[in-house]
Amino acid sequence: MSTNEFYSLKVNGVDHHVSDAWIGESLLYVLRERLGLPGSKGACEQGECGSCTVFIDGAAVCSCLVMAASAVESEIATVEGLNADGTLTDVQEAFVTEGAVQCGFCTPGLVMAVHHLLDENDSPSELEVKEALSGNICRCTGYGRIFAAVDKVVAVRKGALS
Amino acid sequence: MPVLIAHTISEATEILAENPDATILNGGTDLMVEVNFNHRHPSSVLLLRNVPQLREWSIDSSQQTITIGAGVPYAAMETGAIAAAVPALAQAARTVGSPQIRAAGTMGGNLGTCSPAGDTLPVLSALEATIHLSSQDGERIVPFGEFMVGPKKNSRLQHEIITAVTLPITGRRQGYSKVGVRNAMVISVASACFAVVDDTPRLAMGSVGPTILRAVKAEKFLTEATTNLNIISDEIAREFGQIASTEARPIDDHRSTAQYRAHAIKVLASRLAVRGTAS
Repeated sequence: MSTNEFYSLKVNGVDHHVSDAWIGESLLYVLRERLGLPGSKGACEQGECGSCTVFIDGAAVCSCLVMAASAVESEIATVEGLNADGTLTDVQEAFVTEGAVQCGFCTPGLVMAVHHLLDENDSPSELEVKEALSGNICRCTGYGRIFAAVDKVVAVRKGALS
Repeated sequence: MPVLIAHTISEATEILAENPDATILNGGTDLMVEVNFNHRHPSSVLLLRNVPQLREWSIDSSQQTITIGAGVPYAAMETGAIAAAVPALAQAARTVGSPQIRAAGTMGGNLGTCSPAGDTLPVLSALEATIHLSSQDGERIVPFGEFMVGPKKNSRLQHEIITAVTLPITGRRQGYSKVGVRNAMVISVASACFAVVDDTPRLAMGSVGPTILRAVKAEKFLTEATTNLNIISDEIAREFGQIASTEARPIDDHRSTAQYRAHAIKVLASRLAVRGTAS
């Protein structure tokens, strides 16, 4: 049995200490407000929009629905940790070049969802892409540019484009 | 105000015995919405997510049953061996929320919350699943029909945890459908599971009553109206749906109206009755 009034979270491979936190704080809140990692965005706070998507032990989940203090034994990965040196990943590059970023609020969550999809499936069908991104809401793009960015990453990774 | 983390089922029941007021947390997809919106203020939490036993599942080939741990996420039910054994459960799991929700949410949570809109619950009702509960007193196995007793009410005792669900592997056709305002990320307005078990038809209806309802009159009608459950005419399917609709007890609420729900159930039941048939 362990207790967690003061606890530590492993985020992007680094241990972060959290103190005097309320038990009900979501991982999203703790990442943004206590650990200085504002890449994950908060909008709906109920798992509908996907803008707070992070990886917990390799699974893509909504950080707003993770009780932060319950994640002490897990490996947490956020958008800040995709490329440790701060450069853009191929997915982020494709979002820029294909115009998949407009207001940008949904982008971190979508980037995480696309990385998760392509890590598991290197040549997804159109339906598989749509299903994989069905938990991420974008109000600006109408999704066409986002699907184009996914297609571009798939093509580049296969060596069809450079 | 700690999160109490269990690593085994016996550790979990021990923690719960010592902390009877602890809020039980697994995937968090229900609980954290309530916490985020200040509807619940847990003072202590028992986390079950780190209990590996709850994330296991197994098939008993002599009994033709599958037992699925309460902590298995929906994502694991969508494809593979669980989907092959219980196709209706896979169909229901696939309608839950979004990929992110399905990676976190569990059937144990669906049963713990026991909402009439719980997506897997009509499957458990139609297949007459049994629910495994554990406490310091031992294990208790409860049929689903006795488990869900009202909207968001179940017969789990305060010191018990839900550990697993056992379902029959029927080898016969079964299906699940739901109606909502959109395709992804939607809470059902009406849902239904149809299954052939022991050569009899079963229909369970969700979101149209205080609990999951079995359409016993419709089931009886279909049994008497057909000699082969794999050959069902459109006319019989329509009447099956019509009867099922009269057995629903829907209400008006923020998600839909009673009238629309009764209509939706009629259509869902008719379609499920013929889905996968030869005709």
